[in-house]
Amino acid sequence: MASNVPEKYKTLIKNNKRIDGRKLDELRPVKIEVGVVPSADGSAYIEIGNTKVLVAVHGPKEMFPRHMINEDRAVLNVRYAMLPFSTSERVRPGPSRRSNEISKVTRHALESVIFLEEFPAMGIDLTLDIIQADAGTRATAITAASVALAHAGIPMKGLVAATAIGKINDKLAVDLNGPEDNFGQTDMPIAMISTNKNITLLQMDGDFTKEEFKTSLEMAKKAIDPLFEAQKAALQKYYE
Amino acid sequence: MTSVKIIPKKKDTTIKNTTEKKNTKTETKNTEQSNTIVLPGDILVESIDFLTGHGTYREGKKIYSKILGILRKKEHVISVIPLSGTYQPKPRDFIIGEVAYVGYSNWRVDFGHPNSATLPMSGVPEFIENGADLSKYYKRGDLLFAPIESVTKNMIIQISMKDKRARKLFGGKIINISPSKVPRVIGKEGTMIAQIKNKTGCIINVSQNGRIWIKGDNEPLATRTIKMVEKLSHKKGLTETISQYLDKEVKIMDTPKSKDMETQ
Repeated sequence: MASNVPEKYKTLIKNNKRIDGRKLDELRPVKIEVGVVPSADGSAYIEIGNTKVLVAVHGPKEMFPRHMINEDRAVLNVRYAMLPFSTSERVRPGPSRRSNEISKVTRHALESVIFLEEFPAMGIDLTLDIIQADAGTRATAITAASVALAHAGIPMKGLVAATAIGKINDKLAVDLNGPEDNFGQTDMPIAMISTNKNITLLQMDGDFTKEEFKTSLEMAKKAIDPLFEAQKAALQKYYE
Repeated sequence: MTSVKIIPKKKDTTIKNTTEKKNTKTETKNTEQSNTIVLPGDILVESIDFLTGHGTYREGKKIYSKILGILRKKEHVISVIPLSGTYQPKPRDFIIGEVAYVGYSNWRVDFGHPNSATLPMSGVPEFIENGADLSKYYKRGDLLFAPIESVTKNMIIQISMKDKRARKLFGGKIINISPSKVPRVIGKEGTMIAQIKNKTGCIINVSQNGRIWIKGDNEPLATRTIKMVEKLSHKKGLTETISQYLDKEVKIMDTPKSKDMETQ
């Protein structure tokens, strides 16, 4: 892997600053907008750095396909898709191994928060469209998804936000960007509930030592707060 | 965040008294504070002396908000009025629905929900003999304004026509609004809908599922007004602004007539 790294990405940290000038525990700039899709029951648009995601919620409505129905609770249908123009190389549209996995993982991250038992035999459709990908798409999508769900009036225990902790040049850093993700060592997306900071998603690509893992969890707990603030501010602003 | 968000009742009443005299600018400023918007996961109160109302849940001592909405405190019950969301049927709610199917002993009524409602033969005020043709009473396509009698856990919804206010709707037109805005269209103790009815002279039936039936000469104005209420639903002092709007619109409609009279 090291042999393919371009010269300018060999040192990702200089004087405790990253290539985009951030500190190690600093998030990328966050921008959230609510109610961008008029035809949907709830929607949100998010920009975290160069990662841009559009999320729409339809429902609770009649469950489709019919055979997936659950008589005592609603079924959350998540469709994650990277749009063809979202990366430098065209993404083939349609479901892929990767998008199926992320759809499933996102569903698990949000299902535990939603009071699905209030809507028996119904379905909630959640579409996550990645407009521009620059690392951390699943974390960004989850952050926007919970805003869109709140906008759709779906009862939830709390909001869910997600960020990633990574290892670059043997140092732990928050919210990796594209080059850091591609040429760094480890990437660990984490999603948490706003009320009690319970973890609803934890994946790891690469490796951490036991100590690194523990510190990275602590870092995530601290780093995620501005995301909750941004989510709340966006929803409050929409109803002003 | 915790107890600060609950606005004491006293404050509310003082605002009401003062705003009537003051100009509209100060009114909106005063009332913005009392219309606290809460989000899912917000702690509403941290005490066991309160009960959880609609849109809230308890975890230990704390009561949290479940939904995005406006905080309301009535005596010991804390609830959140939703600002968005689809309609969830509850007993005693009035719905407007269309008869979709006439069966041997019941009717099925579609009211814009995944599960349609059932109107049994016993739910009609008249006595119907066994085996009678039910389409004599209500046929396919008829519009009914009726209360929900019961909703089971797996969403079997029963309505009844035995209520005094329940009736079949003839003529008029139906407009759709977001179900979460219905309480605002009705207003506190029906003040909002009463003034729209009075000033436009229309007959209006508002159902909890977001369908509104309007009949009368001033139908377009009533429609416009209701759409305006829906759009500005989260603003305070809305009854007053709507009243002014209606007065202005009714005047405009009257003036051309009076001018014609003068020229003649």
